[in-house]
Amino acid sequence: MKARTLLPLAIFLALVVFLAVGLRLDPREVPSPLVGKAAPAFSAPSLAAPDRVLRREDMLGKVWMLNVWASWCVACRAEHPVLVEYSRSGGSVPVYGLNYKDKREDGLRWLRQFGNPYTDTVYDSDGRIGINYGVYGVPETFIIDRAGVIRYKHIGPITPEALHDKIEPLLRQLNA
Amino acid sequence: MRNPMPRQVIAGLCFVLAALSTHAVEAPPVAANPQIEARMMAISNELRCLVCQNQTIADSHAELAVDLRQEIREMIAAGQSDQQIRDYMTERYGDFVLYRPPFKASTMVLWLGPALLLLLAVGTLIRVLRRRQSLGADAFEPETDADTDPDATIPFNPPENARHVPNR
Repeated sequence: MKARTLLPLAIFLALVVFLAVGLRLDPREVPSPLVGKAAPAFSAPSLAAPDRVLRREDMLGKVWMLNVWASWCVACRAEHPVLVEYSRSGGSVPVYGLNYKDKREDGLRWLRQFGNPYTDTVYDSDGRIGINYGVYGVPETFIIDRAGVIRYKHIGPITPEALHDKIEPLLRQLNA
Repeated sequence: MRNPMPRQVIAGLCFVLAALSTHAVEAPPVAANPQIEARMMAISNELRCLVCQNQTIADSHAELAVDLRQEIREMIAAGQSDQQIRDYMTERYGDFVLYRPPFKASTMVLWLGPALLLLLAVGTLIRVLRRRQSLGADAFEPETDADTDPDATIPFNPPENARHVPNR
């Protein structure tokens, strides 16, 4: 009899737990199936020098970060100072940019205006590389290990907290 | 004075104009090959647009959806099967892009949850009805005329004998 009277309360509490968890989930953060798989190959010109071709194969042997950005992306502006600071303070890995669906001159002006934290920037004018990397919003950041395997995907702007709590520990571990 | 333009004529013109304007807005999709377009629409109707997550890639005006529709067109033209195109999408965006996700461990709750809830509800209903059936008639409210006769209205002034409620 005791259990029966407590049953509605138990159901109610279960619902509260489900709703509380549901409210904390961000539906925009869709886990990428590419984590743990080889980074898709690309071969594209550099943003700054159209005749310099950048390839995924060139990056093998080092841990690196691929940051997807565009001059038309508002959230990238919020993120950019974090990356600039990371590179200036001697970041532990090189950061490459992927300039996604942008005009070359807009992208270059953006880097002049806000600073250039990138070792180099891949120019993805038609967004094909973005599609192969499963990019569905900008900014997104991939961490790729020495073997060319994607180890982590960060969706949305990198905050100082995300850099400090998640990205840097992972980079230390991959660089070890 | 006689109205030079009867109301019906004006209303009719309004309808014609409205029809013309909607026709102008919904221009048919530009496609060289209507067969490819039909297959592309059928496939993209089953794919979720990740930018605006409650729309399909067929419905969405997001730039990514436009790009992906073009990608699908090119894959169809290159002779890829529907399954190959769906695999291409899930390789990049995960099962989340499929409006009909495959049945596997991570989607088990999604597929079986509603059926389980229904079973639970029916089971509870049966249990409650069984219990009520085993109870004596005195456990329920006595039937009144209003319960059985749909035309019966509650009397404004009940007769004297109805006011006596037997002690239960």
